[in-house]
Amino acid sequence: MSELRATHELHDRRKSRNLGVAVTLVALIAVVFGLTVVKVTRGDPMERFDHVARPALEMADE
Amino acid sequence: MTDASLAASKTYEPGFGDYVALLKPRVMSLVVFTALAGLLIAPISLHPIEAFAAILFIALGAGASGALNMWYDADIDAVMRRTAKRPVPSGRVQPGEAFALGIGLSGISIVMLALATNIAAAALLAFTIFFYAVVYTMWLKRSTPQNIVIGGAAGAFPPLIGWVAATGSVSLEAVLMFAVIFMWTPPHFWALALFMRSDYDDAGVPMLTVTHGRPATRRHILIYTLLLAPVAIWLALTPVAGPVTVLTALGMNALFVKMAYDIWRRDEVMAEADDYAVEKSFFRISLYYLFAHFGALMVDAALRFGGAL
Repeated sequence: MSELRATHELHDRRKSRNLGVAVTLVALIAVVFGLTVVKVTRGDPMERFDHVARPALEMADE
Repeated sequence: MTDASLAASKTYEPGFGDYVALLKPRVMSLVVFTALAGLLIAPISLHPIEAFAAILFIALGAGASGALNMWYDADIDAVMRRTAKRPVPSGRVQPGEAFALGIGLSGISIVMLALATNIAAAALLAFTIFFYAVVYTMWLKRSTPQNIVIGGAAGAFPPLIGWVAATGSVSLEAVLMFAVIFMWTPPHFWALALFMRSDYDDAGVPMLTVTHGRPATRRHILIYTLLLAPVAIWLALTPVAGPVTVLTALGMNALFVKMAYDIWRRDEVMAEADDYAVEKSFFRISLYYLFAHFGALMVDAALRFGGAL
């Protein structure tokens, strides 16, 4: 077993891919969270009809 | 297939960098720059986080179309020296993976741009990806020597999308930014085709150099450069521009026209004698041309913002 190397070049590539995907996903979460905070604090319209009529929303449009 | 090659092809797993290379990072840098210019010089400003997200997803959309291009063009990329080392023709990434990445990132970038800014910007991004991947890559690139002219429209959309992301509508300034990149693309690529001569010939891509000959290509470079100059100067005279843009447009276009004229006057014997020195420097200057124009627009916008104009 002494010939077995601890890390093969393949493992390096796989590690870089896994790390890259992880960083990308965390970055995407951060962007979506940031956008949500901006839009909510600014008071953008966040809801419409959800199968139930909302007269208040209709009035807001007029 | 030998045992060794079988083992190699079975064990190769792409690294993250191989997938990044599919997105054409160098093209993305130009997309980011021009989209940022369109967004920053627009009269309505976005919240910085919205602006960041808009640029990010426009760049991601451009990357997605790059991946779709590499998936479809793997056969001709393998023949051309300049593109043979791309992830798909070199075997580092499977074609199916490139396709899946392109489609997946297209969907994510369009939906996220719509959520971050507005539907109009997202629709323009969707059209851009469709235009580059389907109209240019799958159709025009292999069927007409005008491939670069019409395909160049795809690269011209980012500043327009940036503008629409900020304002929600299209205006003259945005159309002029589109027009500058649209008119700039053909001379830029034809200069490249002149000094990378065997590549496009070998791949059978109907570049103007192959179908109409090299003197015709030189003539076309001059014609398009002459048409580009008034468009660029017109953009510099709109309210979003300022003195920095005017000076940049005058200087860069004078230089560009002079160099295009030099290319037109040369023939192949002269070009081969100095290893296409003029064509190569025209190509190099053409890269600075766009950065200078859009950079100047942003400098003028910053001066206006700071109250200096």
